[in-house]
Amino acid sequence: MSEFQPLTRQQMAQRVARDIPEGWYCNLGIGIPTLVADYLPPDREIVLHSENGLLGMGPAPAPDAIDPWMINAGKQHVTLLKGASLFHHADSFAMIRGGHIDLCVLGAFEVAQNGDLANWATSAADAAPAVGGAMDLAVGARHIWVVTEHTTRDGAPKLVEHCTYPLTASGVVTRIYTNLAVIDVTPQGFEVVEIVPGLDFETLQNRTGARLRMLETTHG
Amino acid sequence: MIDKRVRDIAMALHGIRDGATVMVGGFGAVGQPDALIEGLIEQGARDLVIIANNAGSGHVGLARLMEAGRVRKIICSFPRSAGSVVFEDLFRAGRLELEIVPQGTLAERIRAAGAGIPAFYTPTGVGTKIAEGKETRRFGDKTYLLERWLPADVALIEAWRADRWGNCIYRGSGRNFNAVMATAAPLTVVQTCELAELGELDPECIVTPGIYVTRVVHVPQPVPAMADR
Repeated sequence: MSEFQPLTRQQMAQRVARDIPEGWYCNLGIGIPTLVADYLPPDREIVLHSENGLLGMGPAPAPDAIDPWMINAGKQHVTLLKGASLFHHADSFAMIRGGHIDLCVLGAFEVAQNGDLANWATSAADAAPAVGGAMDLAVGARHIWVVTEHTTRDGAPKLVEHCTYPLTASGVVTRIYTNLAVIDVTPQGFEVVEIVPGLDFETLQNRTGARLRMLETTHG
Repeated sequence: MIDKRVRDIAMALHGIRDGATVMVGGFGAVGQPDALIEGLIEQGARDLVIIANNAGSGHVGLARLMEAGRVRKIICSFPRSAGSVVFEDLFRAGRLELEIVPQGTLAERIRAAGAGIPAFYTPTGVGTKIAEGKETRRFGDKTYLLERWLPADVALIEAWRADRWGNCIYRGSGRNFNAVMATAAPLTVVQTCELAELGELDPECIVTPGIYVTRVVHVPQPVPAMADR
């Protein structure tokens, strides 16, 4: 067993933010994805979209400057940046389904080696499922990146051969950022792009539910 | 003279019958027509089908309507939230039917109803539980799901400003489902924070043209609840 430090939630968000190019229109899901907004490089203009009808979403307001009418899809109070626009729900999802959103960063219960995503219900018999906008985002955004812990709290792998939970969408995930590695989903399956310092491939493979391939240039 | 303004909530909701399908605008607490929902509890219609993004929170508004046993079915995308105790209890007890619809499909089904389009193909939900029992068809190299329009008998809307013709504008993130639902029911009732004189709203900026609106009732200055999650 090697000596290594898994990334914190903040570090995972920071790692994702580093890869978002200038000019992209992005939707950030609830959980760790939301934290990505805090780490966007200040020298790039990246426009954040929220399902409830916002483009150009800014940071949270100061407690004494809250506009009660201005919330994001997670129902947190937000601000608008210069250049922002407002629109209704049908337009917002036309933007999503129509392929206009460059990137959606989502959390996941499971990601399969073919890019299948399960992130809305934990069992087929779930009493009262709540899908929200996840299915629309997963099929509509041009790139789907997942950011998640590498395993569940019980140590079960979240990167798997086949999803066991109900699917959100098939074959949509292209990249996964975990607390242990950055992994691309390719036609050949999971391909390791980056490993946290001190963690060896063997250990990473043991915590993953499908075969990993090592990219030639990977350093760890 | 066209004057869609009505004096009070009772007049705004007059004629809503048992068994009606009622759309309720809003996303979380923002844009939710609270006074109309409270009024519907007073009004007394039963056996309602509610179309809304969320299924209420705490024991007020939609949650109170459901708790009073007046809702047969709810059609929504995200029924579960921190405060959705009433929904969860009723659902678990088998006293409330649930139709879960992806949020974009919900918005588009409502839009389609308002636009006279009975069905449409969408990529959302293909290969998932949502697709069970639905027609699919291939266009190019992708598979799409046939979804049907979702009309209602009544739409309850919250606007920021409205005039006597029913032209509406919204505030902040408050247009959400309101601007879509306003088009999709024969009886569209608007609760507005402010009344505007005819001609005062800039035609370039009107979001909901008055043609969609049946009644306007003035409910001054309600501020969306801050704690809603």
